[in-house]
Formats: sequence, C-alpha cells, structure tokens
Amino acid sequence: MKRTLTTCPYCGTGCQFYLLTDGNGRLVGVEPSSEHVISKGQLCVKGWNAFNFPNHPDRLTVPQIRKNGKLVEASWDEALDLVASKLKEVQEKHGADSIAFFSSAKTTNEENYALMKLARAVFKTNNVDHCARL
Amino acid sequence: MTNSISCVEQTGCILLIGSNTTEQHPLIGTRIINAVKKGMKLIVADNRKIRLAEIADMHIRLENGTNVAFLNGLMHVIIKEGLADDEYVKTRTENYDELKAIVEEYTPERTAEICKITPEEVVNAARMYSAPEAAMIVYCMGITQHSHGVDNVKSCANLAMLTGNVGKAGTGVNPLRGQNNVQGACDMGALPNVYTGYQKVVDEASRAVFEKAWGVENLPGNVGLTVTTAINAACDGQLKALFVLGENPMMSDPDQHHVKTGLENLDFLVVQDIFPTPTTALADVVLPAACYAEKDGTFTSTERRVQRVRKACDPPGKARQDWEIVGDIAKRMGYDGLTYNSPEEIMDEITRVTPIYGGMQYDRIDQVGLQWPCPDREHPGTPFLHKGTFKRGLGLFGPASYMPPMELPDEEYPFLLATGRCYFHFHTGTMTRRTRLLDREERFPYVEINLDDAKRLGIYDRFPVMVSTRRGEVKALARVSDVVVPGHLFMTFHFEEAAANALTNNALDPVAKIPEYKVCAAQVRRAS
Ligand code: SF4
Repeated sequence: MKRTLTTCPYCGTGCQFYLLTDGNGRLVGVEPSSEHVISKGQLCVKGWNAFNFPNHPDRLTVPQIRKNGKLVEASWDEALDLVASKLKEVQEKHGADSIAFFSSAKTTNEENYALMKLARAVFKTNNVDHCARL
Repeated sequence: MTNSISCVEQTGCILLIGSNTTEQHPLIGTRIINAVKKGMKLIVADNRKIRLAEIADMHIRLENGTNVAFLNGLMHVIIKEGLADDEYVKTRTENYDELKAIVEEYTPERTAEICKITPEEVVNAARMYSAPEAAMIVYCMGITQHSHGVDNVKSCANLAMLTGNVGKAGTGVNPLRGQNNVQGACDMGALPNVYTGYQKVVDEASRAVFEKAWGVENLPGNVGLTVTTAINAACDGQLKALFVLGENPMMSDPDQHHVKTGLENLDFLVVQDIFPTPTTALADVVLPAACYAEKDGTFTSTERRVQRVRKACDPPGKARQDWEIVGDIAKRMGYDGLTYNSPEEIMDEITRVTPIYGGMQYDRIDQVGLQWPCPDREHPGTPFLHKGTFKRGLGLFGPASYMPPMELPDEEYPFLLATGRCYFHFHTGTMTRRTRLLDREERFPYVEINLDDAKRLGIYDRFPVMVSTRRGEVKALARVSDVVVPGHLFMTFHFEEAAANALTNNALDPVAKIPEYKVCAAQVRRAS
C-alpha cells in the first residue's frame, strides 16, 4: 500500500489527506493526516470518498473530434493540430479578442498559470476567466 | 479570507452571513460548533434555518437580498450607541463621514421593515458583534451571488473597520471560497483584468514585467471578457472560439438556455475535462485530462494557504496533464515558453513574477503549506492581512445604499427562489454524483418549501412538483419543512436532470459580473 500526501479536491477549506494505492497503482482509500493544521486527523464525507471518482468508468480517456456532427476518437496529434489550426484561423480572421479561455477553480495553480499565459502570451487576449463568480 | 481558519478559535463572536458552513465547508463548520461550545457568540444571518442556526445565540431570518440594509442597520446602532472603535476609525481609515451620513437613514425600524425582521434583532445583533475584543465576519456565496454583490462585500468591510476588526487575530472579513482552488485561480491571474498576484493588465509597468519574463511583445492592455460576458458575446456573434479547461458552464452558469445558444453559436469550442458533461457534448474537440489524484501541483485554500497536490496514480487511458496539453498547443503556435519539464518548474517561474508567491518554492511547502503574502524564501507567510496598515495606506469606507434585487416575486411568480448546495454534492455534481456513497445519500433533485405553502397548494413531502420561472421549468421532489420561510423556495444546482440554473436570472452585479442566484421569482405546483 502506497500513501501519498495530497490536498482535498472539493471545498476551499484545504484539508490534506493521504491517498492509498494498491500494488497495481489503483486508488483504494483515503487516510486523514493527523499533523495537518486544518484537518487535524478529520475529514468530511466528501474528503473520505475522494478516492472514488477517479476510477469511475465514465472518465474521458481518449481525445475526440467532431466529424459530420458526431464526436469520434482521434489521436492526440490529430486533436491538437486541429485545435491549433482552428484557433489560428479564428485569430487571423476575427482578431485576438474573438477567442476566450475559461480556466478552472478545480485545477492546480500551475495549470491555471499555464492557461492564462497561453491566452495572453500566445493568443494576445485578456479574455481569460474562471468560475469564481459562480 | 483576510484571516485564518484557526482564528475561529481566537474570536469572541462570529457574524455568519450567507454561508451554510456545515454543508459547504464542513470542517470549518465543526470548528464553529466547537467554539460555540466554549462560549463564543454566534449570530447567523440567514433566511434558511441552517444547521448552525440551531446552536446560534441569534438567528436572524432576514429577507434574501437585503444584506446591505441589514449591515447598514448594524452600523447605525453601533455609531448611535458609541460602540465603534473611534481610535481605529481615526488612525486607520478614511471617508468615515460619508459612511456615517449613509447609515444614518438605517434606523432599526427602517432596517427591520426592509429585512422583514424586528428592530430589537438589529439592535441586539449590533451589540453582540461589537462587544468582544475580536469579532469575525464569515460569509459565502449568499453575500456575493446577488446583483448587488459588490455592495454586500463592501458593507461587510465597512462594519469590520468601524469596529476595529481588521488586521489582528480573530477578526476580519472572511469569504469562504467554494471550490477548492478558487483562491488559486484568482491568484494565478485566471481573471480578465490581472496577471498573477493581482498585477493589473492596464498597468504598463506590469505588462513590461510579463513581456520580459515571457519573452513576448505587445501584451494586450485592455480588460478582457468575464465568463458571463463571454457567453453574451458568443450569443451576439462577437466571440468565435472558446477554450474551456475543466469547467461546465452548461450547468454552472445562469440561464442555461442562453448558455447553450452562445456555445452553439461559436465557430469552435474546445473542452478539456475529466468526465463527459453537457458542455463536452457541444464541443468540437474534447481533450481528456488527468484529475487531482493523477498530478503534481498546488492548490491555494480559502485562508490563502498554498499546499501541495501529489500524484498517487496514473491517469486513465490516454488522458494527460493540463499543463502538458497547454504546452503542446503553444508549441504548435510557434511558442516554446510554455514547454516545461514539471509543475515545479512552473511554480519556480510563478515565484519569480509574483511578489506575493515569492517564497512558495516546493521545498518550502513540502509538508506544511504557507499563507501568502510570502515574498521571499525567508518569509514565514502571513496568517492575517492588513496588520498595522492597509495595502493602500488607510482603509477606505465604501458605503452603499440598499437596492432591491432585480426580480422580485409578483402575482404570476409569487415565490422567491434561491439556489445553493447540499452537504453531499459539489457544484455541478460531475464528481460527487459519480461517487456511490454520496449519490446514494442525495439521489434526486429536490425543492424546499414551507409547510404552510405546501398545505395550501396540496403538495406533500417527497412528491413531485414543477418549479417554473420566466426562464424555464424543472421537475423536483418537494421537501416540506420549516427550513425555508413561507413564500420561499430553495433548490440545489447539483442535478443535471433538474438543472436549477435553467430557472435562475442572469441579471449581473454591474462590477463583479456575478449572477443573481439567491433571488428570483418562481411558481410551484403539483406535478400531474
Ligand atoms: S474534507 Fe471536506 S471540509 Fe475538508 S477540504 Fe475536503 S470537502 Fe472541504
């Protein structure tokens, strides 16, 4: 059993816990961190169950692109080439501010930083926001 | 939060306003319960009979959307009865005279009339909050999700400053952030007007800093579109392409029909997420992403604490890290500045361009996270803000007058509908509804209705009803109780099959562009 100290993905309280993985690298449980300043060995029902959803069969596992109105599986290269060429086309035709980026209050700081840098440094637009307001 | 979660243990009184803490921030709720047991005073200002109301010293059931009037009423009493911290007001604030002039009109009687409470409640709450050495204001979306949300927030700050409750332990104005990394997304500049650490895009000097750090020229200096204005621009045909990372605007944005129109109107929609959602269903490209358990990085909690996220397992199938996907797109656009080897390398760059994160290197936050501002490697972090002085020098009173919500109940739609969350689910339900134990606890969409109204309309507990507004109609099960007052309805927005946001009003606060989720006019009837 491997224990990995991490931070709860649900509310902003910021409890920390250990994710437990079995020999096959599969998430099997959660163990509170007794030293943590906020959680002090406790978690709420959401935290206790935070190992559950990553294993769900509904997870998206392959890139998809729309062909003839339907989403079909594609390779990463195919999907990302399409994203880059379409965004470039829109930018050239309609200007930088015709593109917007929605970042996420659920993803990490590093990934929020990367997306806002993409919007500003590469696509030259300040149309970047996340759902803090919602 | 201006202060820390542990301040709950150092305060004499909490004024809790618009936060159902035990459900939305359970472990903070537990701390409040423990503090009450040790003698801390608790004032719950909330229309619903939330769990903390049962142990509170006062439960004030003010009408939704009247927070500004209520807070002004408290300040009126505090000034009248000489309960203000005059020394603090004199040495640390400005614009007091304007505040005094505005709150003058909010006598206990007038306040009580607007808020549908009693004058005694206004007087007693004012005395209770201003009595102890240190008192805290804690609030959540109940304060911000209004068309006058910014006025609400300012009024909280006014009350705290008036009583000297800013800049020391056990005090402050403390919004509880809903999603785990709202604080971090803001800190990282995922906002249309600022770069990281709230450095403004309109400010030429900040632009120069980022142009140099990123090796680019001509960064744009105009403020961009917010989520809600971007959707409007998509409807108007101004916005042509949208890149959505881990969001589900189809469920979380106001007026679902309007959102759908906007998204369908785009030339190109890319959605990067972990599960299929109503938003991925509309996308031209769907990119599978890793979830929190499969990545390294940091989250920043509601008390500004930057903490490590660590990879415990591999992502499923071909799913990848968000930062790698973003880097690959940048490379295809001919930019190498987003090609990193690890999240740690990204954090190192963040510390170089973000003064408040200057000392947040991974080796320093390895076991225990630090609270920003933390400008350098030697800095111990900051448990509470505005100690001794405000960032702008003096604290500015920004008084506001009460304005009624945009849409109030009328003959056709006689109920006031508010939306929120419940204990078992999270936001749009994409994660929690796929967690067996959580889904079992709260399986069906429901609407809370008062016993008297239910009787009058022939509605029974757990029986299906139709809830409608000017924007749409959904089916839900009735939950009959005294949690809501007569004339009110309450729904959560976790359920795809009865999306409460098909009903809500997209009236926005003019400054913060937050939708008005806590008040709209609705009708309810038995489903046949
Ligand atoms: S365990 Fe519960 S209280 Fe703690 S961060 Fe997670 S959701 Fe919030």
